[in-house]
Amino acid sequence: MIHFVLLISRQGKVRLTKWYSPYTQKERTKIIRELSGTILTRAPKLCNFVEWRGFKVVYKRYASLYFCMCVDQDDNELEILEIIHHFVEILDRYFGSVCELDLIFNFHKAYFVLDEILIAGELQESSKKTVARLIAAQDSLVEVAKEQESSISNIIAQATK
Amino acid sequence: MALSGMRGLSVFISDVRNCQNKELERLRVDKELGNIRTRFKNEKGLTPYEKKKYVWKMLYIYMLGYDVDFGHMEAVSLISAPKYPEKQVGYIVTSSLLNENHDFLRLAINTVRNDIIGRNETFQCLALTLVGNIGGREFAESLAPDVQKLLISSSCRPLVRKKAALCLLRLYRKNPDVVNVDGWSDRMAQLLDERDMGVLTSSMSLFVALVSNNHEAYWSCLPKCVKVLERLARNQDVPQEYTYYGIPSPWLQVKTMRALQYFPTVEDPNTRRSLFEVLQRVLMGTDVVKNVNKNNASHAVLFEALALVMHLDAEKEMMSQCVALLGKFIAVREPNIRYLGLENMTRMLMVADVQDIIKRHQAQIITSLKDPDISIRRRALDLLYGMCDVSNAKDIVEELLQYLSTADFAMREELSLKAAILAEKFAPDLSWYVDVILQLIDKAGDFVSDDIWFRVVQFVTNNEDLQPYAAMKAREYLDKPAIHETMVKVSAYILGEYSHLLARRPGCSPKEIFSIIHEKLPTVSTSTIPILLSTYAKILMHTQPPDQDLQSQIWTIFSKYESCIDAEIQQRAVEYHALSMKGAALMDILAEMPKFPERQSSLIKKAEDSEADTAEQSAIKLRAQQQSSNALVVTDQRPANGTPPVSQLGLVKVPIMSNEKIIHGQDQSTGEQVVAHTNGALTIMDPQPPSTPSPDLLGDLLGPLAIEGNTGIAPQSDPNMGSGFEGGTNADALAIAPVEEQTNTVQPIGNIAERFQALCLKDSGVLYEDPYIQIGIKAEWRVHHGQLVLFLGNKNIAPLNSVQALILPPSHLKMELSLVPETIPPRAQVQCPLEVINLQPSRDVAVLDFSYKFGTHMVNVKLRLPAVLNKFFQPITVTAEEFFPQWRSLSGPPLKLQEVVRGVRPMLLAEMVALFNSLRLMVCPGLDPNANNLVASTTFYSESTRAMLCLIRIETDPADRTQLRMTVASGDPTLTYELKEFIKEQLVYIPVPSRSAAPMPPQVRPTSPPNAVLDPGALLAGLL
Repeated sequence: MIHFVLLISRQGKVRLTKWYSPYTQKERTKIIRELSGTILTRAPKLCNFVEWRGFKVVYKRYASLYFCMCVDQDDNELEILEIIHHFVEILDRYFGSVCELDLIFNFHKAYFVLDEILIAGELQESSKKTVARLIAAQDSLVEVAKEQESSISNIIAQATK
Repeated sequence: MALSGMRGLSVFISDVRNCQNKELERLRVDKELGNIRTRFKNEKGLTPYEKKKYVWKMLYIYMLGYDVDFGHMEAVSLISAPKYPEKQVGYIVTSSLLNENHDFLRLAINTVRNDIIGRNETFQCLALTLVGNIGGREFAESLAPDVQKLLISSSCRPLVRKKAALCLLRLYRKNPDVVNVDGWSDRMAQLLDERDMGVLTSSMSLFVALVSNNHEAYWSCLPKCVKVLERLARNQDVPQEYTYYGIPSPWLQVKTMRALQYFPTVEDPNTRRSLFEVLQRVLMGTDVVKNVNKNNASHAVLFEALALVMHLDAEKEMMSQCVALLGKFIAVREPNIRYLGLENMTRMLMVADVQDIIKRHQAQIITSLKDPDISIRRRALDLLYGMCDVSNAKDIVEELLQYLSTADFAMREELSLKAAILAEKFAPDLSWYVDVILQLIDKAGDFVSDDIWFRVVQFVTNNEDLQPYAAMKAREYLDKPAIHETMVKVSAYILGEYSHLLARRPGCSPKEIFSIIHEKLPTVSTSTIPILLSTYAKILMHTQPPDQDLQSQIWTIFSKYESCIDAEIQQRAVEYHALSMKGAALMDILAEMPKFPERQSSLIKKAEDSEADTAEQSAIKLRAQQQSSNALVVTDQRPANGTPPVSQLGLVKVPIMSNEKIIHGQDQSTGEQVVAHTNGALTIMDPQPPSTPSPDLLGDLLGPLAIEGNTGIAPQSDPNMGSGFEGGTNADALAIAPVEEQTNTVQPIGNIAERFQALCLKDSGVLYEDPYIQIGIKAEWRVHHGQLVLFLGNKNIAPLNSVQALILPPSHLKMELSLVPETIPPRAQVQCPLEVINLQPSRDVAVLDFSYKFGTHMVNVKLRLPAVLNKFFQPITVTAEEFFPQWRSLSGPPLKLQEVVRGVRPMLLAEMVALFNSLRLMVCPGLDPNANNLVASTTFYSESTRAMLCLIRIETDPADRTQLRMTVASGDPTLTYELKEFIKEQLVYIPVPSRSAAPMPPQVRPTSPPNAVLDPGALLAGLL
């Protein structure tokens, strides 16, 4: 099971956190501090796994961002590594060649996408197409609501003129 | 891609990004938080859009690492918004900000449930996602049936059902009872027929969790799993979008193979054949390709297949195929594969008989020990440790030693412990073992725990052939310019004992040995000085003929430390000084250490206990164990007028570190009052080894301690037998214990009932003591098992004969006492392990029927053993969310019993809390709104009930402290009743029996009738 997902920039800034096991605020801060210390300092070309407090953290660096997932010791590490890549590919498709800035200004979208891929720390959907379709549907729901709102407020505004 | 469409949010994010430094960032964030707070206060004027924007800002600030301690309510309240955009934000922000234990979540349960059972598919998805990600126990109890319905509904679309599957998995993890096994196995089998790959993937995760708990119920699903696997492996009927780099859903393949590993075997021959075909195809058909992702995905499947093959313990041919593959992997350049190769090879060692094949790769594995990647080095170390045996121990240990000097600090402790264990386990000869340990201390002294050097001392003491060699080695190390303090300790100890064996060699005269050791004294800490003082005393004793010059040097040192502030050092200095002035007497007292009883190495035992841990963990755990295991049975019960003359002896013969650790261990672990070791309440070493070798529960060198050394007792005993210690040379000047008034009966020292009561609350202490014997007890409890050790210590210088110990267990306990020797030699202590298994809840108490003969006296006592109900408790804290549903579900008798208890021993509530906690009933503050009440919880373990949660509520009346109302609940009627009665016994006032009417005074049955004086207490002995 994935206990948490972290996205950390090379400077140690947190870009996304998702906790599937209960941690208090204090523990969360401590974990982030500890892991950024361990992972950001690892040299390139080492393996993608770090043993940490009886767990394993599977991580991968994409440009300036580190994607990290913490799993149990006997989980299949390569499977998790490819979940990370799966996530990145979907983000890439959604934003159209994703970069760190996209994830900063649209961090909420990254949360939407992640929620379509993982629930309860387990993989929910392995089809990129399906995820893309679902996210698009959500976006259009928001758009429609926005349009309705503006048209209603237009009507009211005009009526009260 | 356009920005979020929320201008305010984008502006804020840019502002934060443009801050030059952390300080400015904080200012900007604080300003924004202030702004949000004001806007939230005046909620009426807030449009849904604004609310949404502020909640996002909060999440962003939170992500930056700032505390956001308000506004959670606003996030939660968005969940009940009628429109999708607000609802979505409410759900997502709530599940990111709060964890499952947050109180606000409870407020949302109803809204969430309405969304789940409502008709709106998108709302269903949002609600299921939230519950799946942060749902706790309370969600599990109220929502599980609805979620199950969605999962098996034929009218729901896959996007809802796959979320429902994982949501149910979460709820199942929080409370396994929500999935009723009976009906569910058929449904699970149906779910595995699912055509939609998303639903199938999620269902397979759920299935793995279910089957890991109980595979019996799901046998019917096994063939279905194999079918799924076949379909994927042959790429039949797998939609294009579910192939990942050309591999049909690698994740689903991995999960399915994982599920199969929870079944002990695959019996049906057809299914087995199909499965092995698939596995064979995976093993043979996985090639290394250029594309990283394809490679990773195919190897994820391959490693899972390897694990499954190992689990199924397949035909020899397939196994050796696996080892061959792993051998290839550990040599490749790709670090991930190398890491996994090493990891899986270690796993393979545990399941299959492949040691010889793996040994062929030893050189390659040793290379990995020098890999630049610490993750890989750790795996290599583990594997080397696992594959070590007599044939390769020398090579492997020497590699480890060599690596030690360059290893990272994070690994050194684990590394040195493993090297020490391997050296001990597989030493081809003992001098090699001594070499290894000394090198270890030399290279990584900081990381060598005391156990390691204790162990080497023990070996040297027990092997005469080894002593000159060890002394020579120790002498050599002392020549090195800067040596570690542990090296000072061990070499001083060894040279103190055996340097006289070197006397004729150059540089080894007593004077030279003394001065080279003394050189180190200014550099060592106070814990080492006592060892050095002992060494000086021993050197002095061995110097024959006496060397006046050396003597005056050493005496100067002793007198210098006679005013040392450290009591241990002071006492030694004073005593050695006095003793060494006695000349001949010194010879006897400072004689060589006797052999240690043979026993399993505590190192190896510890390593076995913490095998599965990682480096940091094992190190921490080791220390913790060290502390608790050294908490010896030490007592502060001593006769009022005895100044113990011989106890110093014990100090001479025991490495001082261990003494200190006893004290510290107890101090820290129990906080009990501990006897100050300055008054010598510790230990006498027996001149002969105890007659039974016993498995060691305590630190290794600490074994034969723990009885109170007191020959001052001797004169108390019958003068008829007194002749035995006339000649005690050590009993002269210092033995100033006055003769006590003579009695013909053997009176226990201390109150037996009180001692028993005390032992019910703690795990080590004295069970019984009289002038001849002391019975100590030390217990360790784990779930429904108990491991007790009885320490039978003869306090006298004459043997105790006809020793008999009989256990009379009550029906609910299974007890097994190891053999008790018939004779306990003078001043010796024997340890008798006693195994206890708790079968069912009961308050009955086991009795130890103990008798021995001293001279002509036959003494018989019946002692209650502290294997009582509360020893099988494991305190547990429950939160309000866990407590109340449980409390409500256990409704009324016989599972929940209530009683008004009168005649309660009056005590303050805080005292009662302390009492409950000491009974391992964990008081949970804050659960009961009334401050006069208390609520406690614990888990009870027995073979029949397994782990069973018990809940207790006490309602007190501040006006009348002698009565209270007690409610006890658990899932087992007997347990509830017994627990209620047990607590009652603890609360109700029991008059402490006066000494003569103590429940179990020893019964003295004189073997010679003329001396018979019948103890009135003996008549009561039967009335336990």
